[in-house]
This record gives sequence, structure tokens and C-alpha cells, in this order.
Amino acid sequence: MAIKQLSVFVENKPAALNKIVKILADTGVNLRAMSIADTKDFGILRVIVDDADKAKEALSEETIVSVTEVVAVEMSDEAGSLSKILDVLGTENINLEYMYAFTAHKDFGAYVVLRVDDIALAEKCLKNAFLKTLSEIDI
Amino acid sequence: MANYYQPEIETASREKILEIQNEKIVKQVKHVYENVEYYRNLMDEKGVKPEDIKSVDDIKKLPFLTKADLRDAYPYGLLGTDIKNCVRIQSTSGTTGKRVVAFYTQNDIDIWEECCARAIVAVGGTNEDVCQVCYGYGLFTGGPGLNGGSHKVGCLTLPMSSGNTDRQIQFMMDLGSTIICCTPSYAAYIGETLAEKGYKPEDNKLKAGIFGAEPWTEEMRRGIEKSLGIKAYDIYGLTETSGPGVSFECEEQTGMHINEDHFYAEIIDPETGEVLPEGSKGELVFTSLDKEGFPLLRYRTRDICVLSREKCSCGRTHVKMSKPMGRSDDMLIIRGVNVFPSQIETVLLNEGYTPNYQIIVDRVNNSDTLDVNVELTPEQFSDKVGDIEARERALEGAMRTMLGIGPKVHLLPPKSVVRSEGKAVRVIDNRKLHD
Repeated sequence: MAIKQLSVFVENKPAALNKIVKILADTGVNLRAMSIADTKDFGILRVIVDDADKAKEALSEETIVSVTEVVAVEMSDEAGSLSKILDVLGTENINLEYMYAFTAHKDFGAYVVLRVDDIALAEKCLKNAFLKTLSEIDI
Repeated sequence: MANYYQPEIETASREKILEIQNEKIVKQVKHVYENVEYYRNLMDEKGVKPEDIKSVDDIKKLPFLTKADLRDAYPYGLLGTDIKNCVRIQSTSGTTGKRVVAFYTQNDIDIWEECCARAIVAVGGTNEDVCQVCYGYGLFTGGPGLNGGSHKVGCLTLPMSSGNTDRQIQFMMDLGSTIICCTPSYAAYIGETLAEKGYKPEDNKLKAGIFGAEPWTEEMRRGIEKSLGIKAYDIYGLTETSGPGVSFECEEQTGMHINEDHFYAEIIDPETGEVLPEGSKGELVFTSLDKEGFPLLRYRTRDICVLSREKCSCGRTHVKMSKPMGRSDDMLIIRGVNVFPSQIETVLLNEGYTPNYQIIVDRVNNSDTLDVNVELTPEQFSDKVGDIEARERALEGAMRTMLGIGPKVHLLPPKSVVRSEGKAVRVIDNRKLHD
């Protein structure tokens, strides 16, 4: 099942990111994973949090926040495991927009977050390849 | 030793100039009233008849024309003669989407070129000079005006147009250009490029430059004079009245002599429209005394300046105007192109953006830069960097089409455009052009 990622528009200037994460801290939202895409003018902060709705509400006061559906896939701690996941997507001609990795608190396993153009298809074929995807409940 | 192209008129007595002006204005107002319906309506509304205008002192009774009138009357509404008598149009960069189109009869062109010839002779031009014109050619008046003036003087004219600096320098060196005409920022750029190529100021044969179409400072003048090894002179004009050559600097370099036998100048209070006494700072208003194709009466230039009738050491008797010290509207001149914030706003609204924007103008390495900060809306946001950057490029393209010059667009989160006292600061001009 797809999970919710918050995409946050941040100006590329000193202290801008801290302002955002402070809001999350004040709201009591815990960060599970994050990545930043940056340009000269702006950055897009992508976060997976334990309470996406609460975080979105708080952050919307400050900047633009959107909810993006992504797939989180469990990875075994061995060489070639990421390649195995990407093989599945490539075979099905699913385009990967961006990705980042994180470890979940439960069992300290490694996960990779995938932003793809066809979520349903990605999930289906990952499952067929016996790869475990996370659902909201796991976050 | 002063040089004149038309000494008799350029050094005519005050009385003689007034006599010429009075004779011309009576004829011109009558002609406009009879031939230009748009202006006739304005005069009728104000209750002014052609017979009320007996001398230039009565010009103050006439209604003003503004850029808005030019837009309303586009394209033929202010045409002063049958279109078959016109031989040329020139045009300004678009303002709020519509351009100003000015019409010229052959006589208009002859007079315009004579005015430019006066400017060239005033900087020492003769038929022995090689005059390199690197103003843009085409609809822009800069190239055609100086080109025509250069022909009248008999200079060997190099019709370079703007850009391609390597070629400009090659022709300048190979053909020994002695006079250069372009925008001051381009002159500064050529100077820098020459230095980069290892040329010293004395390596070129240039003696003088005629620079206009954009504001520039005394500091910039000194910089250009040093880098090119020349004397740098200012020239002023606008498409609405003809083009460059409405006024020009003489060797004194203390203001530009207005060609008063063709243009009557007033300084008004931009708020009330009242004519201000000589020496006051206010908005410059021009009346074309003998234009046939596009005879504008009391056209508000929106340029703020001062007129001076102090005796000039060059011997010219025509009134001098200061460099424009600013604008009575919000027009910006960027790389010689007229830009109104409202044009940028129009593009933003057309493209579905909020009108929360900020224009930042600067001058980097003697070239103007234009940056536009725009607030993004939640609907336009994407989690993909490429999507947002594509939006920036699309906006830049739309603005380039509207303005004629390319800005750099920066999309920002909401509320990031600086506001003062609740009102957005629309324009930040860091060029410090007006001392």
C-alpha cells in the first residue's frame, strides 16, 4: 500500500529549513525519513512523518505543502538489493522520479522510498517479486 | 571651436526661434484639429478652438496626450495625414501589450535625420569621419535615426546594428571608426571587451560617442570615456516625437539642447498638469511643431527633468534639458527597453499566477539584469523540481514575448515577496541611476 509523503516548498535561504522542522517539532510530529531537492532559488523538502495530516495542517500555515503518494519498499542488507527493486520497475517500464532511503525504528531494517509515475503498477509488480512494501500503519 | 550642422538656426536669436515656433504652432494646431479626429475631440472637450492658439504661450491651453491615448488611438487614430503620404513606421517596445506605432512622411524623416546630424556635428563629426552605428536597426528608432543623421553629415556610415561584439570590434579596428553611436551600457561593454582582448584605449581611432536610449550616470560617462579614450555625449528622443535627436549634448556636456525649431518643450507639475516656471523640476512635455505623419501636441513624456536657458559656451541658443532624473510613472528602462510593471503583472495573471511579484533590476558588468520573484500557489506546486523549473522557464518565455527582453523568473513560497505596510514593494531598482 502506498504511503503519504509531504512535499514542502522551501525558499533557498538561511534558516528557511529550520523554520519548517521547528514547526514539526512544535507540533510533536516525528520524522521518519527525509530528502531535499535543491535549486538556486528553492528546495523541495520531502518527508515521511508519523502523522501526515497533522503535519500538513501545521506546515500549511507557513508554506505550500502537498501530499504525494510514494511506495516504501523493504530492502535486505546485502549487495544488489536496490538493483533488484529497480529491475522490477525497469522491466515494467515504470519511471522513477526520485528516491531516498531510510531505516525504520521497528526492526532497524532498511527501506527505500520510491516516487514513481504508476504507483498501482509498481506495487503490484513489487509484490509479485516478493518484495515487501510498507503501509501507513508501519510508519 | 564650435561646430554646427545648421548654424543659422542652431545659433538663432531667442526672438528668431520664438518667431519660428509661433508661426509653426498656429499652422500645426489648425492642421491637427482638421485632420486628427481623436485630438479634435480632446480639444472640443476642453473647449479649445484652433483660433485660440496664437503663439506658443497658448500651448498651455491645449489638452495633453499620454501613452494611454496612444494606446486608445492605436494604430491610425493619431495619424496626421493621409496614409499614402507616409513612407515609414517606427515602433516602441510594447507597453501593456500594445506598441506605439509612429508614422513618418519623407519630410518627417528628413527633419529627424537633420536633428541627428546636428548631434553628430556637435560632437565633431564631419564627412571625414567613420560613424559606427550600433543601435538596433529596425522598428527601434536608434539605428535608423543615427544612420540617417550620419548620412546627412556625410560620414562613412557603418550600419552595424546591436550585438555581435567581436564583429563590432573588428570593424572598429579595421575601418578606423571615429564616432560610435549606441546605448551607454553597450559602449561600456565594448570598452571592457576591448580591454579583455588586450587593446589599450589609444589603440582605437574613436574620438567621440553618442549614447542614449537609457539612463546613465556621470560616473558611467567617465568610465566609458576612459575605457574607449573618447568624449561621451548624451542624446535624447522618443519614438512618439520622432526618435533620437529631439535633444543632444554639445561640447560643454552640461545638458542637451532641444531642437526648438521642431519641438516645443514645457515642464509641468505631473500631479496638477500646471506649467512650471523655468528652472523648475517637473515632467517634460513635447509638442511637435512640424511633424506631419504623427503630429503629437503636448505629449507627456513622463521623464522628470529641468530646462535651462542659461547661455551656453557652444554658441547654441536652444534651450537645454537636464538628463532625465526619474519618471513620473513606474516605467523602467532596462537595456534600452521600456518596461512597465503592469506588463509583468498581465503575464502573471494570464498564466494563472497571483499578482504577488517583485521586480529586481540591477546592473552587473554594465549590463542591466531583470529578475522577477513570483509567489507560487498551492495548486501550482509539485513535489518534482523539474515541474517547478519548467514553470519558471515558461513564465520567462511569456515575459520575453511581452517585454521584448528576457527576465529571470524565481518562483517562491507564498508570503515571501517583501511587503511594506501591507503593500507589496513591486520594484527594487538597485542601479542607482539618478544621483
